[in-house]
Amino acid sequence: MEIAVLLKQVPATESLIGIAENGISIKTDDIKWVINPYDEFAVEEALRIKEAHGGTVTILSVGSEKTVEAIRTALAMGADKGVLINISGSGGYDGITTAKILSAIFKETPFDVIIAGQRAVDDDNFLVGPATAEFLGIPHISMVIKEEITDGKMKCHRTVEGGTVVLETPLPVLITTQRGINEPRYASLPGIMKAKKKPLDIKTISDIGLDSETLGKPLAKIVKMQTPPVRKGGIMIDGESAQEKAAKLVKILHEEAKVL
Amino acid sequence: MRDINMAQSVFAIAEQQEGVFRKVTYEAVSEGRRIADGLGCELNALILGNNVENISKELEQFGADRIIVAENPALHEYLPDAYVNVIADVVNKETPDVVILGASTQGKDIAARLSARLDAPLAMDCVAIRFEENDLIATRFMYGGKILADIVLDGKPKIFTIRPNAMTIAKAAGTGSIEKFDADTGTTVMKFIEKHLETGKVELTEADTVVSGGRGMGGPDFTVIEELAQLLGGAVGASRSAVDEGWRSASDQVGQTGKVVSPNLYIACGISGAIQHLAGMSSSKVVVAINKDPEAPIFSKADYGIQGDLFEVIPLISEEIKKLKGRK
Repeated sequence: MEIAVLLKQVPATESLIGIAENGISIKTDDIKWVINPYDEFAVEEALRIKEAHGGTVTILSVGSEKTVEAIRTALAMGADKGVLINISGSGGYDGITTAKILSAIFKETPFDVIIAGQRAVDDDNFLVGPATAEFLGIPHISMVIKEEITDGKMKCHRTVEGGTVVLETPLPVLITTQRGINEPRYASLPGIMKAKKKPLDIKTISDIGLDSETLGKPLAKIVKMQTPPVRKGGIMIDGESAQEKAAKLVKILHEEAKVL
Repeated sequence: MRDINMAQSVFAIAEQQEGVFRKVTYEAVSEGRRIADGLGCELNALILGNNVENISKELEQFGADRIIVAENPALHEYLPDAYVNVIADVVNKETPDVVILGASTQGKDIAARLSARLDAPLAMDCVAIRFEENDLIATRFMYGGKILADIVLDGKPKIFTIRPNAMTIAKAAGTGSIEKFDADTGTTVMKFIEKHLETGKVELTEADTVVSGGRGMGGPDFTVIEELAQLLGGAVGASRSAVDEGWRSASDQVGQTGKVVSPNLYIACGISGAIQHLAGMSSSKVVVAINKDPEAPIFSKADYGIQGDLFEVIPLISEEIKKLKGRK
C-alpha cells in the first residue's frame, strides 16, 4: 500500500499573530512552527494503515527550507520518506495553486491512499485536500473519524452536522482527517535518530514540470489583513449573592443586549 | 467584476437533508439576493436531491428568481462525486458570475472541488461580502480567528461559502419560477452506506445560543449546562480540556482545532479562555463568562462576566430565564 500524507507547517496554535508591514501577511519572527494539528492525525492514520496492510508512508509538503523540520518530525513518528517542494521566494501560493503543485508530485509518486488534515489552522481554507483529489481525478472523503480498507475499498465514517455518515469508495482515494480519528504518537528518541537518515527529497516546482507561468496568477488574493475588533469586555456583574448576580445578568441580556 | 453591467446571474446552492433546508441555505439565498441586486442580475437557486420539488418554492420568499431542481435517486444522500458532477453541469450551462453556498461540511466540500474543476476562485467560510468600487470583497477569518482578511477573487464564477450564522436572513420578492434540470450524475464510484444523526439536537455551528463548559466542570456531568442550553434552544459546546478529559465528544469542541461558532449569545462556563478557545468563539455577538477565578483571561474577552461557582450560578440563571419566559 502506497500511502501519502499532505503535510503543512503552520504557526503553533498558541502563537500570537501579528500583521506584517505590507498589511497582507503575518509577522513570522518569533513564531513557533509546528505540523498542522490535523496533519498529525493524518500522519498517525497513515502509519496505522501501513502497520495493518504494509507499504510505504511518504510525507509531501509545499513550503520553505524551514518545513524540513516538520517533515523530519513526521519521519521520526515513523514515516518512510519525505518530499518537499521548496517555494521560497515565490511569495507563496493560494490554496488552489498548492493543490496543483501537490497533484503534480503524484505524476512520479505512486499512491493508493492520500491523507491530509481536514484544514490547515493558518489559512483555515478546507481546500487543498479535496482540490488535490479533484486534480488527480480521484474520490475524496472529508472529516473522517474512522476508516477501514478491505478488498481495495475504503469505508469511512465522517462527521457531519449533527452526526456521522458512512461512505465507501474504491481506492485510490484521498481522505481528510478530523479530531477523533486517533491519538497521534510522539516521536521516540530512536525514531528521531532514524529520521535523520531517512530520504528527504527537496525539489523546486521546475523539478516537477511546473513553472510560475503554468501555475498562473493567484485566483484568490488577500488585499488586506486586520486584527478582529477587540471586545471591550469586562463588565463584571456585581451582587451580594449569586442569586442577585444571576438576576442582574438575565435582565441585562434581555433589556440591553437583547439576546434573550 | 469589471464588466459589472454584463453580469448574468448569481447562483445559490441550497442544502437540504431529508426534505428540510439547512438554516444556512436561507442565509446563502438572502446574501445571494443582495449580491444579485448589487450586480443588477437575477438570483437563481439550485436544489439537489430526490423528491425535493415540493420544498423548492420556499426559496422564492428569500428572493430566488429561478429555482432549478435537479432530482435523481442517486442524489438522495450527499455524495461528493455525484453532487459535484451535477453542480458543475449546471454552472457550465448557466455560466453564473457568482456561486454562493453555506460553509457547512457539505458546502465546503463541494466548493473546494468545484473551484478545482472549473478553475474558479474561491473564498471559503466568509463572514461578510461587500461591494467596493467594482469588486466584490469577501471578509474571512484566518489563523483560527486571530486575523480578519479581505479577499478579492479573480475569475468566473466567483465562489463564496458563507459561515453559518454570520449573515442575515432577509425576505425578498423573487420570481420563483421552478425549472427541472435533467440531473445526470455522470461517472461516480462513491457509495452511501448509512448515517447516524441525532434528531432534535441543535447543531453547534448553527445554534443561536451556545453554552460551553470547560475544565471548571470538574467532570463529565454537564447537566446544568445542558439544562440552560435546552431552555434557550441552544447547543452545548466544550473546551479542548473538557474533550481531552473525555467529558464530552470531540464533535462538541469549540476552538481553533474544533468548531468555530458565531451564535448571538455564547456562555462560557468554567473556561479559562486559552487563545485557541477564543479563536473558536470570537465572532459570537454577545459573550458571557462564568468562572470562579477572577483573573481568568476569558473575562477580558467577554461582554459580561460573573465571578462565582458555576454550579450555583447557572441553575440560578436558568431560573431567572424561566421567570422571564413566564412573563412573556
